[in-house]
Amino acid sequence: MSSLTLRPCGDFRTSYKQDNTIFETKTIRRLAIIAILVLCTAPAFVDGYVLTLCIQIAYLGIAAMGLNILVGYTGQISLGHGAFFGFGAFASAWLNTSFQIPVFLSIPLAGFLTMAVGMMFGLPAARIKGLYLAIATLASQFIIEDFFARADWFSGGSYGAAAEPLTMFGVVFDTDQSFYYVALFALVTMFIWACNLLRSRDGRAFVAIRDHYLSAEIMGIKLNKYRLLSFGISSFYAGIGGALYAPYLGYVSAGGFTIFLSIQFLAMIIIGGLGSVKGTLMGVIFMVFLPEVLESAVSVLKDTDWGNVPMVIDGLAYIKEMAIGLVIIGFLIFEPQGLAHRWAQIKNYWKFYPFSY
Amino acid sequence: MTESILKIEQVSLAFGGVKALSDVSFEVKKGSVFSIIGPNGAGKTSMLNCISGRYQPNSGKINFQGNDITDLAPNDRADLGMGRTFQNLALFGHLSVLDNIMVGRHHLLKNNWLTGPLYWASNAQKEELEHRRKVEEVIDFLEISHIRKSVAGTLSYGLRKRVELARAMALNPKLILLDEPMAGMNLEEKEDMARYVLDLNEEFDITVVMIEHDMGVVMDISHEVMVLDFGKKLICGLPDQVMADPHVKRAYLGIEDEEIQEAS
Repeated sequence: MSSLTLRPCGDFRTSYKQDNTIFETKTIRRLAIIAILVLCTAPAFVDGYVLTLCIQIAYLGIAAMGLNILVGYTGQISLGHGAFFGFGAFASAWLNTSFQIPVFLSIPLAGFLTMAVGMMFGLPAARIKGLYLAIATLASQFIIEDFFARADWFSGGSYGAAAEPLTMFGVVFDTDQSFYYVALFALVTMFIWACNLLRSRDGRAFVAIRDHYLSAEIMGIKLNKYRLLSFGISSFYAGIGGALYAPYLGYVSAGGFTIFLSIQFLAMIIIGGLGSVKGTLMGVIFMVFLPEVLESAVSVLKDTDWGNVPMVIDGLAYIKEMAIGLVIIGFLIFEPQGLAHRWAQIKNYWKFYPFSY
Repeated sequence: MTESILKIEQVSLAFGGVKALSDVSFEVKKGSVFSIIGPNGAGKTSMLNCISGRYQPNSGKINFQGNDITDLAPNDRADLGMGRTFQNLALFGHLSVLDNIMVGRHHLLKNNWLTGPLYWASNAQKEELEHRRKVEEVIDFLEISHIRKSVAGTLSYGLRKRVELARAMALNPKLILLDEPMAGMNLEEKEDMARYVLDLNEEFDITVVMIEHDMGVVMDISHEVMVLDFGKKLICGLPDQVMADPHVKRAYLGIEDEEIQEAS
């Protein structure tokens, strides 16, 4: 009902095609396209550090989108997403250095390889749910981490692996400015892919399994197959995200792909909104920019009379970490349904202003 | 009307020591409305669950359109043309009504996780739109066009029941299993639902197997009625025959034993 009343005046739909678009209205679609075009011009007037953050948003965002397909849309849970992200990173470097596969090919290949690994770990996971599944996927996190540490041929062991920069059409994407476009392209492609998946057959099947798996089965959806597939697709996304990370940094080491990263991915999608594509992006942007914003916020303390003592200056890093925790807790208490839900409520408010509904 | 679409042979089902069904056999004729009645705990829903594949019977055979489906998974039975609704609502609460019904088309859609996302390049879009048209036919038939964009979880009870029926109909079933389609409805909604059941039976040529407690509705719209009591089949026959049967009166309809004795 709300989607009907929220449609602007005069927006009449005369075909099913018009009723089946990714964006709710033409205006929103135009705004999205304009936003992407504006983002394309960003390297010209934004400094390198912000570009780094944007690239970070892109590769983390792709991986988080995968986790949201698994957790938000299929209702399964995974605590091993960080490890799959790392597997993608190592796989793209490994495919490139061991088999001389060009980087632009090794990125999708690494995605599919991660998908295969994810489905292998998802095989038992397709049969269990809830907390039990959380523990099972926790095992996959540690198994893969251990694999990184031991498999020298794959990950370079404790030395890590070097990754070549991405080269395409004779252009080397080894600067922030140039890789930014690769990251933006990948992000947009993968998000459109997710949108289309979710409005076609298999995406609906995922949500059906989440909402009522018994009746989903009666409707002809094979539960194990789709739970496994969801695991695979989520690992695929994690793999692609990781595979972008490797050629960007030029070096991959196992240290970064711990359970902490997995929890961070979960935090992103919970803050952004489970079961929402735009929420995923919002959550990732929030989680990437929050430390930066708080960094500058707590550094203000240094200039005050109270804060200009060695104890506070030395403790700024900790104050920042605590503030991040505080903001996240605050979010979960006041907006448990995520940023996407808050966004919808803000839109509602303005649509109906000055009435409450 | 003579050919049978569903044949249940000697089906028994036990949960530990509880015998939910013992040696139940019956046949459902093609194109008929077949009702299963009986007191609470008689095994009606267990019977339906055996047919739809939720439970595996301990012994006996279930034959659907000439195929033995006893060991078939529930999702494969949808492909064969069997739809069902649930006693307690089982809609996908966060999906819109339209998407709920589109899930019913699942086994008729061909695109998968690789071709679906290539929406414009593959034929996914074309397929979606074609099936949308079919879904709209069902929506029109059940008169739920005003709520097609609503989130299913926000609807009233009567409408949810109707959406569930729509979802089962979208499967293009030959046989539809309805578990108490009129439970908890007011008179007006019951009348509507009875009309829909009759219409889908006659217009769409769907055979109906229905569990229902409202005797008035059951006797009015069924071609055949089966009575279950403590997992056993008491009688199966025309509504009038069943109504007149003294065992049924005692087990279910609630007439004192003395009255029966007096009458006989």
